[in-house]
Amino acid sequence: MAKRPEIHQNWPANFSPTHPSSPMSVSSPTAAISASELQVLRQFLEDYADTLDAQDLEHWPDYFTEDALYQVISRENHEAGLLHATMHCDGLGMIRDRAQATRECTVYEPRYLRHFLHGLRVRSRSAQGLETRCNFLVIESTSDEEPRVLLVGQYLDTVVHTEQGMRFKKRLCVYDNYRIYNSLVFPV
Amino acid sequence: MNPNPTSIDMATSRRWPEEGITRVPAWIYSDPGLFRRELDEFFAGDSWNFVGLDCEVPEKGDYKRAWIGDRQVIITRDADGVHVLENRCSHRGGAVVWQNKGHARMLTCPYHQWGFNMKGECRGVSLIKGVHGEGGMPPDFDMKQHGLRRLRVAVVGGSVWASFSDTVPDFETYCGPLAMKRLRRLMPGRPLKLLGHSRQLIPCNWKLYYENNRDPYHGTLLHTFFITFGLYRADSRHDTSPEQGGMHSVNVAAPGDRQGDGSFTKELKRFKDFKLNDMEAVKFADEYGDGEMTAMQLFPSAFIQQHANVLAVRLINPKGVRATEVDWTYFGYADDDADMQRIRLKQANLLGPSGFVSMDDSELLKQLQRQVDGYPDSKAVLEMGGRDVKPQVTMATEVGLRAFYDFYRQRLGL
Repeated sequence: MAKRPEIHQNWPANFSPTHPSSPMSVSSPTAAISASELQVLRQFLEDYADTLDAQDLEHWPDYFTEDALYQVISRENHEAGLLHATMHCDGLGMIRDRAQATRECTVYEPRYLRHFLHGLRVRSRSAQGLETRCNFLVIESTSDEEPRVLLVGQYLDTVVHTEQGMRFKKRLCVYDNYRIYNSLVFPV
Repeated sequence: MNPNPTSIDMATSRRWPEEGITRVPAWIYSDPGLFRRELDEFFAGDSWNFVGLDCEVPEKGDYKRAWIGDRQVIITRDADGVHVLENRCSHRGGAVVWQNKGHARMLTCPYHQWGFNMKGECRGVSLIKGVHGEGGMPPDFDMKQHGLRRLRVAVVGGSVWASFSDTVPDFETYCGPLAMKRLRRLMPGRPLKLLGHSRQLIPCNWKLYYENNRDPYHGTLLHTFFITFGLYRADSRHDTSPEQGGMHSVNVAAPGDRQGDGSFTKELKRFKDFKLNDMEAVKFADEYGDGEMTAMQLFPSAFIQQHANVLAVRLINPKGVRATEVDWTYFGYADDDADMQRIRLKQANLLGPSGFVSMDDSELLKQLQRQVDGYPDSKAVLEMGGRDVKPQVTMATEVGLRAFYDFYRQRLGL
């Protein structure tokens, strides 16, 4: 069996091995991206995950543009075109507010969080930036229980280049969970 | 998550404390026998249960799966309106519908392909005449006798309610005048729009969650977020009204109707002078013109809530003695303008599994369940606001909890 290339820039833009009418179940077409840009993108995504693993809410807003949309939304709502999101931040102001309110105003059990990223796809490049998708798995370990899967799903992102480096213009954390175990305290 | 099968039925050997409704014994939150009785006698018994909004099944042939306690039901629509059916094939009991929402001409059980229309009437039995003259159903088998069980249904202002009981009074009588008035305030018949769902599984007995919403006392103490933004403060007007003998509860808060100079809240040690960058997330647009917010419970499973401009019904689905699913249905009105819809979506950050307010509750209740498990003979003290069950105009009261346990003990003979 032929080994799949690391970067799929040679695949046709309309590549689609399964039925095209269910967009979430098809492999995504990929856009041309240089090895160096891909490396920067991977580092950006890993840095973000590390910031949240560290529960470093102070620096979490630094990953977003001023007009960013950040949502943690169930796949059920997202695919039905329903707008309600479990976390909904419309602009950097609300992203900063969530960071501060989580730090200052809420009561929660101590926990460790680990983000695992896999399957990065650069789906297209537009004037807006790079449209990317990446699977996430978040494992939560609370102070006196076994680790459990807190959330599993996909990031659907729009990543732009700025003078400060890459930033999210849009980050939708679309989760597959039918329900969330107890609380989702920290952003994903 | 499941009731512990080896545990003895503690309800038979334990008694309610002598003090009566000012004490709640911890064992009621972990007793599997009692839990089974609650499911059968409350959720599947003489009660009305929220199952969804009628705008979730807008077209003929649309259906939605829902839960009443541990029983699955289906909400359907046909030319005659909305129906609620057991999601249980009349043949062998299989789940007819597996999807949470869908559209179909017929509901067909996958196991043996029995078919039902949207009213649950049996319209087809596979191989009813057998094969080559052998087998098949007896000649007198009557499909009409084998429909999906239909529940009683009430549709009020776009909300759909169902009951397994043939004896419970009609929905309006069941709710009583005050609860109906408050429900119609939010759902006057103005078409509703579904904004989305959110679900969480809180590892606690359903009654701990139920009590939490009846308890305005904690709202101004645990929930720093509320205090900080003046959304819910101890010095605001607050009506706490147990209804229908403690079965339901209607709480009304008027955040702008405040007595004193605010110094009371400033005394709370967790008060912080904290500003949001985006105040739209907390700013209350008085869309009903009365300056009020509402949280009401309709026994046993529904909380209907208007926190500022977030409208939601929370459905309680007990999934085990120590596990409660809370299924949030967020809605607005079909004629909301873009500004109001944006405000509702932003303010929803206060509620649900990641809510700046609700998160405190789910975190706390998980800890509380461990306490009642570990100390089953302990008892809670409910004397805030006195020892009786009369409605009160204050949030410094536990009258809602006392009234609920008054009702609860009578219904279960405890």
